[in-house]
Amino acid sequence: MKILAIVPAFNEEESIAGVIEAITGSDSLIDILVVNDGSDDRTGTVAQSSGFARVVNLPCNLAAGGAVQTGFIFAKRGDYDIAFQFDGDGQHLASEIEKILAPVKDNLADVVIGSRFCGSGGGYRSTLSRRLGIKVFEIVNLLLIRQRVTDNTSGFRAYNRKAIHFLARNYPMDYPEPEAVLVLGKNGFKLKEVPVRVRKRAGGRSSISGTGSLYYMIKVLLALVVCCIRPREIKD
Amino acid sequence: MVKGVNIHIIQYVAITGSIVFIASVLFLISRRKLREEFSLLWLFFGFVFLVLSIWRRSLDIIASFLGIAYAPAAIFLILIIGVIAILIHFSIAISGLTERVKTLVQEVGLLKMEKDRKNQKKES
Repeated sequence: MKILAIVPAFNEEESIAGVIEAITGSDSLIDILVVNDGSDDRTGTVAQSSGFARVVNLPCNLAAGGAVQTGFIFAKRGDYDIAFQFDGDGQHLASEIEKILAPVKDNLADVVIGSRFCGSGGGYRSTLSRRLGIKVFEIVNLLLIRQRVTDNTSGFRAYNRKAIHFLARNYPMDYPEPEAVLVLGKNGFKLKEVPVRVRKRAGGRSSISGTGSLYYMIKVLLALVVCCIRPREIKD
Repeated sequence: MVKGVNIHIIQYVAITGSIVFIASVLFLISRRKLREEFSLLWLFFGFVFLVLSIWRRSLDIIASFLGIAYAPAAIFLILIIGVIAILIHFSIAISGLTERVKTLVQEVGLLKMEKDRKNQKKES
C-alpha cells in the first residue's frame, strides 16, 4: 500500500527537519512530499538536505489550500492509495499518524480528521474566540452535511484514493480546512474523526491571528454558504 | 429653456464624446491592447450613450418610465449601472486568472521537482 505524507510548509526552516525525521521515524515506508509554499527562508533547502523527502518548491506563495492541493495532484499522478496531511510547523505528533491512517486502511471512512476536541483528546487549550469559531463551524457543517465534525480547522487528515482524486480537482484555496469538510461531505464522502493531541508550535507563527481571525470567520462562513448552493461535483 | 444657453452644444459634445470613446476602444482592440471579451461591455455602454445623445427624447422617456423626476439623473443611473457591470466583469476575470495562476504555479513546482530528480539520476 503506497502512502504519501503531504507536508505543506511556509517559512518553517526551524521545524521542517524535525517533522520529516518524525514521519520517517514512525514508518519508513511512507513517502514524504514537502510542499514549500514560496517560503522566504531556507525551508526548501533544509527539507531537501534531509534526504528523506521530495520537495516541491512553488515559485510563489499560493496560500495553504493551493500548497496542499499540489500534494493531492502529486498523489494522484503517483497512484498513491492513501495520502495524509501533516503540518510543517511540527504541531502534529508522528506517533498519531497510524491512528488517523487506520480507519482509511480498514475502509471505515474516505476521510479521517484528527480532532483536538472529540473524545478525551488530550485537553487541548486554546483562546475562547478560537474555540467559539470552531464550534460555529461544527454547527454550520452539521446542519449542512449532517455529519458531525468537531474540529473543522484541523490540518491533520488522511484521505483514501477516491478522496485524493476528487481533491486534486476541487480544493479550496485559502483557509481551506472547514470548506474542504463541507465539499467532501456534500459530495458523499464518508468522514470520520479520531481524537489526537497537538503540540505547541515548534517555530514559525500561525497564519490566523488578531484582526485576521474576523476576516477568516466571515470568509469561511461565506464559502460554506456558497458551497451549499453550488451543484455537486460528483453525480450519483 | 434657459436664456443664453445653446442646448445643442451639449448634444454635440455628447455625440463627439461617445464617438471618440467607441473609436478608442475599437482602436485598442485593433492594436491588441484590449481583448475583445473585455471590450464588449465598454462598446455596449458606448453605444448606449451615443443613442442617448443623438436621440435626446429617449432620456425623457426612460426617466418618466422609471419615475425619475429630473431626467438628467437617469444618465447617472445608467452610468453607474454600466460601471458596476464592468467592475463585476473584472472581478470574474480576476477570479478566473487566480485559478489559472494557481494551476500554473502547482505545475511549475511539480515540473521543477521532476527535472531536479532526473538531473540527479544522470549525475549518479
